[in-house]
Amino acid sequence: MQLSTKHLLGIKGLLPSDIQLILDTATQFKEVLQRPIKKVPTLRDVTIVNLFFENSTRTRISFELAEKRLSADTINFTASASSVTKGESLLDTVNNILSMKVDMVVMRHSASGAPHFLSQHIPAAIVNAGDGINEHPTQALLDAFSIREKLGSLEGKKIAIIGDIMHSRVALSNIYLLKKMGAEIMVAGPPTLIPVYIKEALGVQVEYNLKKALEWCDVANVLRIQLERQNQVLFSSLREYSLAYGINKKILDDLNKEIIIMHPGPINRGVELSSDAADSKQSIILQQVENGVAIRMAVLYLLAGGKAEAN
Amino acid sequence: MKTILSKAQLAITIKRLSNQLLENHLSLKDTVLIGIQPRGIHFSDRIVKELSEQTPTIKIKYGKLDITFYRDDVRQGLHTLNHTDIPFSIENKNVVLIDDVLYTGRTIRAALDALLDFGRPAKVELCVLIDRRFSRQLPIQPDYVGKAIDSIISQKVIVFWKGKDQIEEVQLVE
Repeated sequence: MQLSTKHLLGIKGLLPSDIQLILDTATQFKEVLQRPIKKVPTLRDVTIVNLFFENSTRTRISFELAEKRLSADTINFTASASSVTKGESLLDTVNNILSMKVDMVVMRHSASGAPHFLSQHIPAAIVNAGDGINEHPTQALLDAFSIREKLGSLEGKKIAIIGDIMHSRVALSNIYLLKKMGAEIMVAGPPTLIPVYIKEALGVQVEYNLKKALEWCDVANVLRIQLERQNQVLFSSLREYSLAYGINKKILDDLNKEIIIMHPGPINRGVELSSDAADSKQSIILQQVENGVAIRMAVLYLLAGGKAEAN
Repeated sequence: MKTILSKAQLAITIKRLSNQLLENHLSLKDTVLIGIQPRGIHFSDRIVKELSEQTPTIKIKYGKLDITFYRDDVRQGLHTLNHTDIPFSIENKNVVLIDDVLYTGRTIRAALDALLDFGRPAKVELCVLIDRRFSRQLPIQPDYVGKAIDSIISQKVIVFWKGKDQIEEVQLVE
């Protein structure tokens, strides 16, 4: 029982058996989280640093909780309040932290590939908590876990990923993962937010009409418009985007079936998702957050455990 | 290879242990039974079956405990996880932990830690099918023993159960 990798840099490098192992392990951790004492002593000799070079609420709290529930020691690092502002490089920063005997690094960075670069230079295990527009593997794992919990399996299920596909690391990780687990994937959104060759490169269906996408799918994973990553005008206004691609309760009620609504957060209410849709009983957005802790516990446990043997 | 308990002996031993448990926990009212995953479960299933045949009117509280997260050798390699299922409170209850083979005592140490995270039991007892005495690495003693044997480190005790294995008996393997 072991992952085929030493780091979790992305879903791209995982085997289907790795994904299966993480999801199955998370099931057991979810049980731990229902206990009166929601904590196990498993990683009590492991120190983990959370390196966040980019803002985060959910992912950061989720990782920190997962680490604490596993009894690991944690250090938090925020780039804006550190010597990075004095000009220290990424590698120097991390090497300095590691010289204080840290075993694992959880990192988020605005540059795609930052954790991959780091993994070639440091001995500690790295968990990617989001790198630029590349990958966000634990989000894809918790999305898959939530779908599996709701629908029983992933194989043959129809998942539509809707919104800003171009700038979304969640979309890319989700596509890799769902593809490996045998689900059917469709991306939907305005043509300017969908990469041109995505159909050929990743083997997904492309749809520009929201209604058609919703009619096709079992699950709609709705993404946020990442204005902070867009440095050109890709649609005329948020209001116009919302009129064409915003999902509300009426659109959902008009479908001839009940689909599941997911969102990785943070939601821009009234843009991609209206409040009545986000808070409806079809939405599993808060379950996703809950499952996130179990998934991250599973990832940390599988990467930290068995280390002495591997070395 | 040596047979420690044959199928017939095993059945008698399970019956005897069940009777001993009933002797000490007459009504089973404040008693809960917890089998240790994965191998202890086959044994505890049989104990519970025997008990429920003897006391058909009583609903026995029976749970399963996986101790993987409490092991002291996580960094030396990962073990397959099993499901923990304790659908009742153990607060102020008499808990009987059930496992198949007691050897170094490390599994029971982990089980005690795990158990205390579910509440504060009034008392914890230990019931094992085979006690490999004189090989303990921790000060742990069983309360109910199917059979105590003397063995050396190079030997292994394997319990075979019908339904899971071809045969049903306990063997000492060199």
